Amino acid sequence: MTNVSKNLMDNLEPESFRSGPDDSGHFGIFGGRFVAETLMPLILDLETTYNKYRNDADFLEELDYYARDYVGRPSPLYFAEHLTQELGGAKVYFKRDELNHTGAHKINNTLGQILLAKRMGKRRIIAETGAGQHGVATATVCALFDLPCVVYMGETDIKRQAPNVFRMKLLGAEVIPVASGTATLKDAMNEALRDWVSNVEDTFYIIGTVAGPHPYPQMVRDFQCVIGREARQQILEKENRLPDILLACIGGGSNAIGLFHPFLDDETVSLIGVEAAGHGIDTGKHAASLSGGQPGVLHGNRTYLLQNNDGQICDAHSISAGLDYPGIGPEHSWLHEIGRVQYVSVTDQEALDAFQLCCRTEGIIPALEPAHALAQVAKIAPTMSQDKIIVMNLCGRGDKDVFTVAEALGVKL
Amino acid sequence: MSGSSQRLEKRFAKLKSEGRAGLITFTTAGDPDADTAQKILNGLSAAGADIIELGMPFSDPMADGPAIQLAGLRALKNGMTLSKTLDMVTQFRQLDEQTPIVLMGYYNPIHYYGNQRFLDDAIGAGVDGLIIVDLPPEEDDELCHPCLTAGLNWIRLTTPTSDQKRLAIILKNSSGFIYHVSIAGITGTRSAQQSEVNTALNRIRSQTSLPIAVGFGIKTKQQVREISSIADAAVVGSALIDVIAKGLEQNLQSDQIVNNLHEFVTELASGTNPETY
Repeated sequence: MTNVSKNLMDNLEPESFRSGPDDSGHFGIFGGRFVAETLMPLILDLETTYNKYRNDADFLEELDYYARDYVGRPSPLYFAEHLTQELGGAKVYFKRDELNHTGAHKINNTLGQILLAKRMGKRRIIAETGAGQHGVATATVCALFDLPCVVYMGETDIKRQAPNVFRMKLLGAEVIPVASGTATLKDAMNEALRDWVSNVEDTFYIIGTVAGPHPYPQMVRDFQCVIGREARQQILEKENRLPDILLACIGGGSNAIGLFHPFLDDETVSLIGVEAAGHGIDTGKHAASLSGGQPGVLHGNRTYLLQNNDGQICDAHSISAGLDYPGIGPEHSWLHEIGRVQYVSVTDQEALDAFQLCCRTEGIIPALEPAHALAQVAKIAPTMSQDKIIVMNLCGRGDKDVFTVAEALGVKL
Repeated sequence: MSGSSQRLEKRFAKLKSEGRAGLITFTTAGDPDADTAQKILNGLSAAGADIIELGMPFSDPMADGPAIQLAGLRALKNGMTLSKTLDMVTQFRQLDEQTPIVLMGYYNPIHYYGNQRFLDDAIGAGVDGLIIVDLPPEEDDELCHPCLTAGLNWIRLTTPTSDQKRLAIILKNSSGFIYHVSIAGITGTRSAQQSEVNTALNRIRSQTSLPIAVGFGIKTKQQVREISSIADAAVVGSALIDVIAKGLEQNLQSDQIVNNLHEFVTELASGTNPETY
């Protein structure tokens, strides 16, 4: 059996950090199913279907096949030697999910969900997208399986992610601009939920991150855990031991949970999630739900949210459209509260610096999202001894971001 | 049940004795601004509303169409809060002790305010029930049970996706009345076929003796009349909000907007009267 399917079938110790969610979809007090009644029968149906197929040999075999031959898994674990030298401390490895087909980790999840949608006989796919990576990954699998695809995307994001918008259209998706609210990811998600409520008969909603009502946070995590499972095997092969630190950026948190989850019970492995601090947590212009938010209920789950003192959701800000979300997956909120994962934040400027560092030292143009993770690597690696090991999830490539970066650097293209 | 929650029972009993259905109006607290919204609220029962639904504005109203989304944004932009929404009810109660008021909205502002504090303050203000869109039976421990314990009505939505088995779950902790959402969709968009609604109502009636209100997509007196012939009440929301939006577009004075809205309520209310059928 390959890596993709193995994680879905793991047997867990009772005291495991990996046993969540409970039957009602909660991680501690977080998670749950806070949706309109119209959607309840649909998400209960999805839960039943997912539970049926998550351990189904045919389903897992099909997922393995596409992950390997279509996506190109396993993604390499690369020793970033030049960056390591430059930083002069711990050894830095990149888990190269930016080499996946479509250029990010998002397709690990969209493949899994569309295979479920097919089995449920759904005839229409909808999705929300921020940076456009999830939209592209959804449009891609819809083209592959010949299903119509509607992607909701905030108008602000459409402007700053033009290449991905065009990609989605080339792949046959209809991209619907969302002007409501702040016209970013949260509003796109509101609009996708409105579409779903209005098209309950035939539509499958492919949520792109570990948020939404149960079973989405669990299901998306399971599909993304291939990242951590591969990384674990690869680092054992290369170093004959587990890493000291795993590091990943967090918007909703799907790439991070995918890397972290298979290591949650390894006490010697420290886990660090990096939120987007935007202009700085103190400025109020950021997207760091854990560092600057409080528990609340949005988009079907209880989690940390950016909100004002009337419980209204605040606008998030990040230079990276993929991190520009005022919430975070509920499992991260739980891991934060129990202290298993340390959550830090990195500003736009620090991410931009790391973006250029990566280009210069490794010849890899990273997406702005993992550039946040890299900025944290650049802070801590020099403080660690050379026998320590950091594995960072390089979860997306930066082609989509070159215009944004050029503008931030004052370069006219 | 405490005193506050009996207003709904009495009102439905009164409607029954009059042999007609009720008109339930939905407007958003603080839309377009606090003063205008208060004047709208204060005159609703005189205009013909039998039960009042007052929307608690939320930044991310996932189940609402454009009209109610914009109403919420206008209200928030003009400083409306959950606390001020409760103040509106307090003021209304000084003028009207009989007309039931139900607050409708989303969970997060209440969650932030504090559930028990909110229930206490809502009862103190004279609220009769709650409709919280994103709290399905699966999350009853959150607010439904405390709400019922406190003596407020917990009004739930049934939908076209509610089959027999699901209905039993929905009806279990429902009180006051049932709000049947006539379409699978968001507010203020399309309207349901009367035959579909009728089938759904018969299914619901076979499992509960609570009064049933029907909403979503009801915009005209004619539609109120049709729903009145098969349900205990008709809910009109987006069409009322449209009157406000139109008034703002035409730069009408606050009083004129209030008058236009009340006149429209009176027209809709005439659809509930069997003598006009």
